[in-house]
Amino acid sequence: MIEIKDLHKSYKMGSNSLHVLKGLNFNIEEGELVAIMGSSGSGKSTLLNILGMLDELDEGSYTLDGVPIKNLNETKAAEYRNKFLGFIFQSFNLINYKTALENVALPLYYQGVSRKERQEKALKYLEQVGLKEWAGHLPSELSGGQKQRVAIARALAAEPKVLMADEPTGALDSKTSYEVMDLIQKINDDGNTILVVTHEPDIADMCKRIVHLKDGVIVEDKKVDQVRASQYV
Amino acid sequence: MWLFDRDLWNEILNTLSKNMFRTFLTMLGVFFAMIILLLLLGATNGMSNSFDDIFKGTSGNSLFMWSQSTSEPYKGFERGRRIRFTTDDVALIKKQVPEIDIISPRVQLGGYNTPVSVYRNGRTSGSSVLGDYPLIDDVMKKNIVVGRFLNNKDIEHSKKVCVIGQETYEQLFDLGEEAIGHSIRINGVFFSVIGVYKKNENVDIDGDNAVFIPFTTCKKTFGGGNDIGFMAMTIYPEFTVPPIEAKIKKLLKNKYSIHPDDERAIGSFDMSRIFNSVAAFTGVLNGFSYFVGIFTLLAGIIAVSNILLITVKERTKEIGIRRALGATPKVVKRQIVLEAILITVFAGLLGFTLSTAILAMANMAFEGMEQVPIRNAIFSVPQFLISFTLLVVLSILIGLIPANRAVKVKPIDALREE
Repeated sequence: MIEIKDLHKSYKMGSNSLHVLKGLNFNIEEGELVAIMGSSGSGKSTLLNILGMLDELDEGSYTLDGVPIKNLNETKAAEYRNKFLGFIFQSFNLINYKTALENVALPLYYQGVSRKERQEKALKYLEQVGLKEWAGHLPSELSGGQKQRVAIARALAAEPKVLMADEPTGALDSKTSYEVMDLIQKINDDGNTILVVTHEPDIADMCKRIVHLKDGVIVEDKKVDQVRASQYV
Repeated sequence: MWLFDRDLWNEILNTLSKNMFRTFLTMLGVFFAMIILLLLLGATNGMSNSFDDIFKGTSGNSLFMWSQSTSEPYKGFERGRRIRFTTDDVALIKKQVPEIDIISPRVQLGGYNTPVSVYRNGRTSGSSVLGDYPLIDDVMKKNIVVGRFLNNKDIEHSKKVCVIGQETYEQLFDLGEEAIGHSIRINGVFFSVIGVYKKNENVDIDGDNAVFIPFTTCKKTFGGGNDIGFMAMTIYPEFTVPPIEAKIKKLLKNKYSIHPDDERAIGSFDMSRIFNSVAAFTGVLNGFSYFVGIFTLLAGIIAVSNILLITVKERTKEIGIRRALGATPKVVKRQIVLEAILITVFAGLLGFTLSTAILAMANMAFEGMEQVPIRNAIFSVPQFLISFTLLVVLSILIGLIPANRAVKVKPIDALREE
């Protein structure tokens, strides 16, 4: 599903240049649930941004579902993001004046899906994350865990190839974190490819594979026995 | 088509209504600007209407010509020679100058600006006595109060009839006394009054104290050969007066052997000059209204743009989210430009409504008030369309500034912003 070859990325900081990613190579197959781990400054967020087409790579190649991702202009990138990717953010990033349902329906709007179909689909995904009853509520009326579940429903609504979660539990307490991870695991069980960036080992252990990043290089890439989050819920 | 996309408008209205107060403040500038522009245009139009009222009945393209004395010696003639136009000159001008529409000769009893004593029942008035053709009424309209003006029958039969001005009437008759059918005496000859006129509001060189008698009657009764004192002419509207004036003068100078540079021998008055200066005045006022209005409008729209820039800054994160979810830069830009248009158009329409109401009320208040030089002040449809189109075009151009700002921020930076 995802192929990364010899990926380099550096940032210019004044006269210095900061080499963040120093030649990464790895593949992610369809249906995988991969945790990208590392301390802050290890380059994991940069990697996710590049994979999420929010940032460009300097060197190397990135192929997503057989499509080479390079030299994207903003319009093309927006289309690819819309078609291929679903984002889950640490701070949820819901639009605060839109209801849960409208938030979930937003990527479908950008896909050009008709109004009626949008409503139906959005409601279906809200139901899948267990928030059908909260469809008409504004984000300010939801708890943190509920917000993240709305965000997950929104990421699912576009039916992307890959879900990318940037510290999805970073802003949640451990109990809510496990609930969210339980949901992510279930979505993965349905065959969705998911990438989770985290610095919390217990969250990483709930994935099927852990890629460990340190100072811009992969120091470890191992399959793990998945810890089911449901046992903590 | 995207323009009719309900969701797009929902998005825009959502955003605007979320910040009602700010949207309202944003609109104020454009709202007032539109009012100022339309009120200025309306007032200018009203002023121009009141000028039209003043000049109503006077042909704008008219020319008056009379003979004087030469001031230069020429071809053996000494200076100071008196020139006298005759009816032959009228025929000559008519033949040689096809641009002339109407030409009406006049004789004045006793000469130019010389009052003649007119008697009735022991009363006397010193009035101008003018031998005219009915055509003069088409050059300088007389407002007939009672009776009628001279007609062609009066000319044909050289009838001893007259039309008198209001002031002459007041001097010769008691107030409210019937004038029609009664006789007045001019130089011992009785003339029957057939009409009383009132002069035009402001522009009428003959005034109110005058007696009009048929040209032919004047000649037959008081003599004077073929001489005429004065010619009133109108020029076809497709021509301007000054070149025609020069052409006629050249023709007559040639005929009477007047030095080509002699400015005094032939006197003339070009009425179009007054009209043109008034037209220029209203034109300048109109231009000034546009100038002030458009710059106010520009300031108003820039205020909209400014607020939108702030809004965009505040919404950086939201825009980042939208772009992460697949909104292309085009879609984001479109939304912000449409917000700018919607705000300005709505404010513009409000301004339009209010200024129409203000002008309507002003017109009602000023109605019948002679001292207010404004009549029926309202902006025209083309003026409104021009202002409105300008408003929309400017709002698009200015809306592009915040729109470009919105897509300039990379989604990743936008998302990072907390």
